[in-house]
Amino acid sequence: MSITKDDASARPMQRTGERIGFRQGLHDSLVVARRNLLRMLRIPEVVVFSLIQPVMFVVLFSYIFGGSITLPGAGDSASAYREFLMGGIFAQTVTFATAGASAGIAEDMQKGIIDRFRSLPMARGAVLTGRTFADLAQTAVILAVLAVVALLVGWRIHNGFLDALAAFGLLLLLGYAFTWIGALIGLSVRSPEAATSGGLVWLFPLTFVSVAFVPSENMPGWLQPVAEWNPFSATVLAVRDLFGNLPPNYHAPDVWPMQHPQLASLLWSVLIIAVFRALAVRKYKRATG
Amino acid sequence: MAGAIHAEGLVKTFGDVRALDGVDLDVPEGTVFGLLGPNGAGKTTAVRVLTTLIRPDSGRAEVAGIDVLTRPDEVRRSIGLSGQFAAVDEYLTGRENLEMVGQLYQLTRRDAKRRARELLERFALAEAGDRTAKTYSGGMRRRLDLAAALVVSPPVMFMDEPTTGLDPRNRQALWDVIEELVGGGTTLLLSTQYLEEADHLADSIAVVDRGRVIARGTADELKTQTGGDVVELVVHDRADLATADEVLRRVGDGETTLVEHTRKLSVPAAGGAKLLAEIIRELDGRGIEIDDIGLRRPTLDDVFISLTGHSADDMELSKDSTRADRRTRGGPPPGQEQNEKEEGER
Repeated sequence: MSITKDDASARPMQRTGERIGFRQGLHDSLVVARRNLLRMLRIPEVVVFSLIQPVMFVVLFSYIFGGSITLPGAGDSASAYREFLMGGIFAQTVTFATAGASAGIAEDMQKGIIDRFRSLPMARGAVLTGRTFADLAQTAVILAVLAVVALLVGWRIHNGFLDALAAFGLLLLLGYAFTWIGALIGLSVRSPEAATSGGLVWLFPLTFVSVAFVPSENMPGWLQPVAEWNPFSATVLAVRDLFGNLPPNYHAPDVWPMQHPQLASLLWSVLIIAVFRALAVRKYKRATG
Repeated sequence: MAGAIHAEGLVKTFGDVRALDGVDLDVPEGTVFGLLGPNGAGKTTAVRVLTTLIRPDSGRAEVAGIDVLTRPDEVRRSIGLSGQFAAVDEYLTGRENLEMVGQLYQLTRRDAKRRARELLERFALAEAGDRTAKTYSGGMRRRLDLAAALVVSPPVMFMDEPTTGLDPRNRQALWDVIEELVGGGTTLLLSTQYLEEADHLADSIAVVDRGRVIARGTADELKTQTGGDVVELVVHDRADLATADEVLRRVGDGETTLVEHTRKLSVPAAGGAKLLAEIIRELDGRGIEIDDIGLRRPTLDDVFISLTGHSADDMELSKDSTRADRRTRGGPPPGQEQNEKEEGER
């Protein structure tokens, strides 16, 4: 057949004059997400490496620090710390999706493929949204594997299935929110290499100055409010609570996000998505002319 | 007839470089338009403006009757773009690349699949269709990129240097595809560095230099302007260069070019073979020994010399020692550098 024959089925749907709407935005984002997932399957090393780090943390923290970190209200039982720890590791793991998003977007921006996308009648934000969707799927897989490892070292769910589901929901939402921070970083740096480290460095202070690994009571006084208001801490405490991993006599610090961790976690994630998505999409439009 | 592409006074600067310095273009529907010029002339910038990838600083443009600046989304539905750097995802298979593009053109999944199958077949990629593009050769990637631009049979196509860097066999294969494409009535704007390519494919040509259109016409008109064919020769003894140059200027049909270190001379030769014979006789009569002589088709370089008095690749050669001993007679000195900004932009 001729490649130029006027073939009605090979023409885009006519939407003359109509602005690209939500439905198309979602469709285009899913098409791009599929592309990114295919890429991830073709380079499985990336997923494998992003699994090694949290598994390593589970083992190191459980068996090395487990005996020396005391939890208020739980004496010095190592198994209590192990239970306590998992919420922190889970939350830290989901935030590491940031680095994948920033590296992936930085790479796309450097390659000719971005010109292809930009010359197509697709929703503008879909290149970014599709990437964050794919990262969300990857995070879900990693989280599932990590949960199995956690079960093996003695972590348990105590509050039933629905609460556990809610906990995983909050974790995925936090991870998704952080990929938008990653998207902004990916658009702001000049190379994928810079994006990988730029996506990671600030995560260490953020996740360590929090209630993830050590209760805030154990920190110097001036650092406690920082840890307690850290968006990351709210999710950690929220999932610990939902999994029933808090020591029996635990008293949450007397600040609002620690007293209402589920709501705080939800609000922080939504706020991060709203702000960073807007910034990233704006930057994308500017960066591309 | 309605113009498929219309541009007026396009200006785009990158820093101090005026990549486009007031470009006007008019391409009638169903014709092939060649944008001919050296690296850094502004070709890529012009294509990027017309395909909505960048906004000009001033000027206006319409593609398929739609304003590029105010209604870019609608323009994107009517165009296909195939670039110099194959814009495909190398971790996806050829088929997956085409299906993705189809879906982003808002085809249904089924139509996108069917179209991908047709295009793979058409572009001799059917066998390689389920291999990742990473494993493709340069020519295969270009074909895949071109196929991606044709997914919806857009009425207006843009090709930015489609054959740059391809070997002659792949170039010929791509030309065949392009010829078939335009035979079907698609309007095509093609940028190229090769006069031969523009001659082969384009109905009309605009020669661009430093962001400006310096000549317009058909390939024949441009070639006539350069005096048609060119006689090129290499003298054996460098000391004979000046004398030989004098001979060429006297009997030839235009300005001569002389490259000292290769001992090479050339001159337009509207007279063709007759002139070639005359030059050989003249040089022989003066006892000048020739290592090599021949008649060749004019190149972009020849068009440039006749239009601007400087060579097309002067700018590129600026970092090269060749430039120092490359002189052009009867024209202004080679222009200031203005290149690479276009490449740097991506």
